[in-house]
Amino acid sequence: MKYVLNGEDHDAPDPLSVLDLLSRFELLRQRVAVAINAEVVPKSRFAEVFVRDGDQVEVIHAVGGGA
Amino acid sequence: MIASYRLGDLELHSRLIIGTGKYKSFEENRQALDASGAQMITVAVRRVDLTTRGAGSLLEWIPPDRFHILPNTAGCRTAQEAVTTAQLARELLDTPLVKLEVIGDPRTLFPDTAATLEAARILVADGFTVLPYITDDPVACMRLEEIGCAAVMPLGAPIGSGLGLRNPTNIRIILESVSCPVIVDAGVGTASDAAIAMELGCTAVLMNSGIAGAKDPIKMAHAMKLAVEAGRAAYEAGRMPRRLHAQASSPETGLIDLP
Repeated sequence: MKYVLNGEDHDAPDPLSVLDLLSRFELLRQRVAVAINAEVVPKSRFAEVFVRDGDQVEVIHAVGGGA
Repeated sequence: MIASYRLGDLELHSRLIIGTGKYKSFEENRQALDASGAQMITVAVRRVDLTTRGAGSLLEWIPPDRFHILPNTAGCRTAQEAVTTAQLARELLDTPLVKLEVIGDPRTLFPDTAATLEAARILVADGFTVLPYITDDPVACMRLEEIGCAAVMPLGAPIGSGLGLRNPTNIRIILESVSCPVIVDAGVGTASDAAIAMELGCTAVLMNSGIAGAKDPIKMAHAMKLAVEAGRAAYEAGRMPRRLHAQASSPETGLIDLP
C-alpha cells in the first residue's frame, strides 16, 4: 500500500497501526501528535487506528515560534 | 500590587506572553523566558523532520509544569489549516488554548479577517479557548468577542517589524469596544512600545522578535518585564492630566526676599 507521510510518499506491505508507523520512524520517544486525512488520532488510540492505502498522514511536534 | 487577569480558566499575574522563535539556542530561549517572568509562552506546531530524528525538542527545554503553553497556528493560510493545526496542538499539549492565526498575505503577514472569524467560530464550538491575532480593527474585534473568543489580539505593527504601536488610537477604540482582554500581539520593538500598550489599558502584550531579535535577548527580556509592569502600574495609577502651561510643584509663597 502507498501512503503519504508529512508530504512524502511511502510504501508498506500491509496497513500499519499508528503505533507501528511511529516505531518504524523512531518517533515513539518523541512528543508528537498525528492526523490521518485531517482527522486527529487521539494518543489513546495509536494502537488501534490504522494507516491504509492512500492515506495522508501528518506527524507534528512543537517547535519554537511566535507568530 | 498589579492586578491579575484571566484568560479562559487561567488566572495569570505576568502580563507578558512571549514566543519561542528565532533564538540562537534552546538554552538562550530558556534564559530569556526566565528573565521575562512570563507565565505563558507560545509555540508553533510543525511536521516532524523525518531526516533529523532525535535532534532535541523544544519541550525538553521548556518545562510545561512551569509555563502555560499556548500553541499557535502561525503560518496557516486557511481556516481549515488553522482548525486542524489547533486540534493537533490540543492533542499534543493537552491544552484548550490556541493563538489563532490565519495569514492573509505572506508578504505583510496581515491576518485574513474573514478566515480568522470562520476558524474562531469552529474552534469556540469545539471547546477551545481562542486567542485570535487580528488587525487593529475594532469591528473585527467586536465580532471575535461575540463569537466567544477569550481575548482579542490586535497587532501593534506587522509581525517581526519592531515598529511599535502604529495606531494607538485604534487600540484605544478597541479597548472601549470590547469587554474581553485585549492583548497587543506583534510589533513591539523595544521596552517603551510595551509600556505604551500597557498604559493604554491593554491586558497583556505578546512578543517574540522584540526579545529574540535584540543584541542581548536575555537583557531585553528583563527590560520587557519591567516595561510591562511599569506600564500596567501607570495605567492602574491613572496618569496626571496633560496641561499646556507650566505649573510649579514647589510653593509659590515663602520665597526669600533680597534687598
